[in-house]
Amino acid sequence: MSLQIPHHQKANGNTGATKAVILVGGASRGTRFRPLSLDVPKPLFDVAGHPIIWHCLTAISKVPSIHEVYLIGYYEEHVFRDFIKDSSSEFPDLSIKYLREYQALGTAGGLYHFRDAILKGRPENIFVLNSDVCCSFPLNEMLQLTQERRAEAVILGTRVSEDAASNFGCIVSDSHTRRVLHYVEKPESYISNLINCGVYLFRADVLFPSIRTAIQRRADRPRLGSYRSSENLASSYMFDEEDTQKNEVIRLEQDILGEMADTNLFFVYETKDFWRQIKTAGSAIPANALYLQKAQQSGSSELAAPSANIKAPVFIHPTANVHPTAVLGPNVSIGPRVTIGPGVRIKESIVLEDAEVKHDACILYSIIGWGSRVGAWARVEGTPTPVTSHNTSIIKNGVKVQAITILGKECGVGDEVRVQNCICLPFKDLKRDVSNEVIM
Amino acid sequence: MILHQIEALAAAGVTDIVLAVNYRPEIMEKYLAQVRDRYLPPLNTPKPRLYHTNPYFEIQYEEEFGINITISIESEPLGTAGPLKLAEEVLRKDDTPFFVLNSDVTCDYPFKELAAFHKSHGDEGTIVVTKVEEPSKYGVVVHKPGHPTKIDRFVEKPVEFVGNRINAGMYILNTSVLDRIELRPTSIEQETFPAMVKDGQLHSFDLEGFWMDVGQPKDFLTGTCLYLSSLAKKQSKLLTPTTEPFVYGGNVLIDPSAKIGKNCRIGPNVTIGPDVVVGDGVRLQRCVLLSGSKVKDHAWVKSTIVGWNSVVGRWARLENVTVLGDDVTISDEVYVNGGSVLPHKTIKANVDVPAIIM
Repeated sequence: MSLQIPHHQKANGNTGATKAVILVGGASRGTRFRPLSLDVPKPLFDVAGHPIIWHCLTAISKVPSIHEVYLIGYYEEHVFRDFIKDSSSEFPDLSIKYLREYQALGTAGGLYHFRDAILKGRPENIFVLNSDVCCSFPLNEMLQLTQERRAEAVILGTRVSEDAASNFGCIVSDSHTRRVLHYVEKPESYISNLINCGVYLFRADVLFPSIRTAIQRRADRPRLGSYRSSENLASSYMFDEEDTQKNEVIRLEQDILGEMADTNLFFVYETKDFWRQIKTAGSAIPANALYLQKAQQSGSSELAAPSANIKAPVFIHPTANVHPTAVLGPNVSIGPRVTIGPGVRIKESIVLEDAEVKHDACILYSIIGWGSRVGAWARVEGTPTPVTSHNTSIIKNGVKVQAITILGKECGVGDEVRVQNCICLPFKDLKRDVSNEVIM
Repeated sequence: MILHQIEALAAAGVTDIVLAVNYRPEIMEKYLAQVRDRYLPPLNTPKPRLYHTNPYFEIQYEEEFGINITISIESEPLGTAGPLKLAEEVLRKDDTPFFVLNSDVTCDYPFKELAAFHKSHGDEGTIVVTKVEEPSKYGVVVHKPGHPTKIDRFVEKPVEFVGNRINAGMYILNTSVLDRIELRPTSIEQETFPAMVKDGQLHSFDLEGFWMDVGQPKDFLTGTCLYLSSLAKKQSKLLTPTTEPFVYGGNVLIDPSAKIGKNCRIGPNVTIGPDVVVGDGVRLQRCVLLSGSKVKDHAWVKSTIVGWNSVVGRWARLENVTVLGDDVTISDEVYVNGGSVLPHKTIKANVDVPAIIM
């Protein structure tokens, strides 16, 4: 389906015409991914047997014109070292570099800060991917749309239910030409159910001038709400410094896309494929399911062979030890050196490395943290959320609780103990039944 | 449960038993047929024969030797005394006294001692009493001043302490008591006994050991535990020996016709009825599996009554006084917390909070 693209690219005579940027954020972000982000930076958390950003890289590697990928974020330098080393050998055609922001500059601010590195080699187009989305990343299709429409920017969009739409960036587009007419980030009222997937393709000669314009605009006209009434003048001095800092944070969603809809040839590529945000720790479960299903559909050899006790798709790391009488799947990932005992049942769950699950235990809609131990006949259980839902919390008896049960690193669940709809922070031992709690 | 009473009565030399039923007599009839087939042969009781006697006694089982069991069916509820009048013909076969038992009471049945005591005082009736910690919830028996057994009055739910002996729901009465009862809905506790007390004809007999009213499922489970404990204390041969690898904590009673899978952990306080099938890796504690039920592989069952012919799915978890009626199906991996499930239902989703499922 995408075989036309490289040909098209080559016809244009571009070399190194496209680069990709993955926005990975930083340790002070991703708080909603706790308790899992306490031990591993969210972009490196394993879903379907691989780090979240590995799935982004895999999609990028399928675009023949991309040879350079930058991870931009404000994690410490060493965080991505091993991942980049491993990925460089797995994707030999890609040069992968981590560019560290020393303070959070915002999604557009970070791009602008590293503009010299990104523009080196004069790329024509730049993909920008948020690392916290899970989708099929139809990058070649977006590139094709750019060529067809001579677009200056293309955004990946998807349809969600009307009541969910206002939690996202909303796109109003011309249904025929697919041109973006209007863009609003998290509107208060309903505008459109076509939302921003957090994946963009920009013409390099349009992106950076747009960000520069936004920075200029910010400097000329400080953000709304910073005008003070006379009674607050006394304290205004206190806020000046903070405001200056805030002004340096320039975000694609709030500060750039709306303007582009007004002034540029900005188009939307609407994906009919799956799409989910990976915000809360619980959202790793639907992401795991979707990536496993994708691997299954593409006939990936990584997945465990289906059988009476393996309900596909299931990923089992080669170093894991799964007893033949255990029944796994669908949508289960078993990490390195995990031990699964006889008669265990695991469904719609992730079991992270070095965890141990004893005989006859049952794990449903849950994440079992690194090195955690689940006792015999224990039951660790979350609640399924509707396939179309973008929410990972549910209302139970009038109280909002997390749908997915999560055990942090090195937790213990006693024999025969039941844990339902709980978030359990690292190193906790659960000796009695618990439900609908955060265990700290 | 009724079988324990029948066995205890037979052991005390009782020859005729009347089961007074006002709810679905065919269930009792079917049950007795199963009892006959399953339990009585080893107890040396021959096959019963069916025949009709009079309008009140529709079905009668007569054993060639041992005991006669009669089912007395009330066409309308007759209270707790009326059914005795209905069974007058059997009870007056001779003028020896007769026992009256509430079927939802379990205890160490002291019938021999009770009969001897009744004979010794020579009055019309004796009721078995048990000491309880909180007498304010029950009707309390008060003795005549200076008399250890003769009853002076009953105080219903006393506000201040007047005594801690309560009616245990078991009596031995002379046939003359039948003269005090009319054939109409009437209560033995409210009408017959007060009249006997007035005439100084009613005594109490203290029950030793455990006593439990098991009318509620929760009490039924506790009563089962008490009964199993008492079997264990007597080192009864009925209990499955703790040397069996799957028995955990003892007090496990398994019918010989039940099948138990591999790697199970069963006990303490588990009763498994005839033709029950327990799969591999099943964990059972404090529960009763009634005849023909099936608990599939890796299920976990605690404080639960699994009804006749019910099926519990793989990795299902039942607890907190869950009661399954006849022919209930619990799907694989489902959790039920304190659910009362009516007969013939299939449960496919979790029951997180106690509820009646109709």
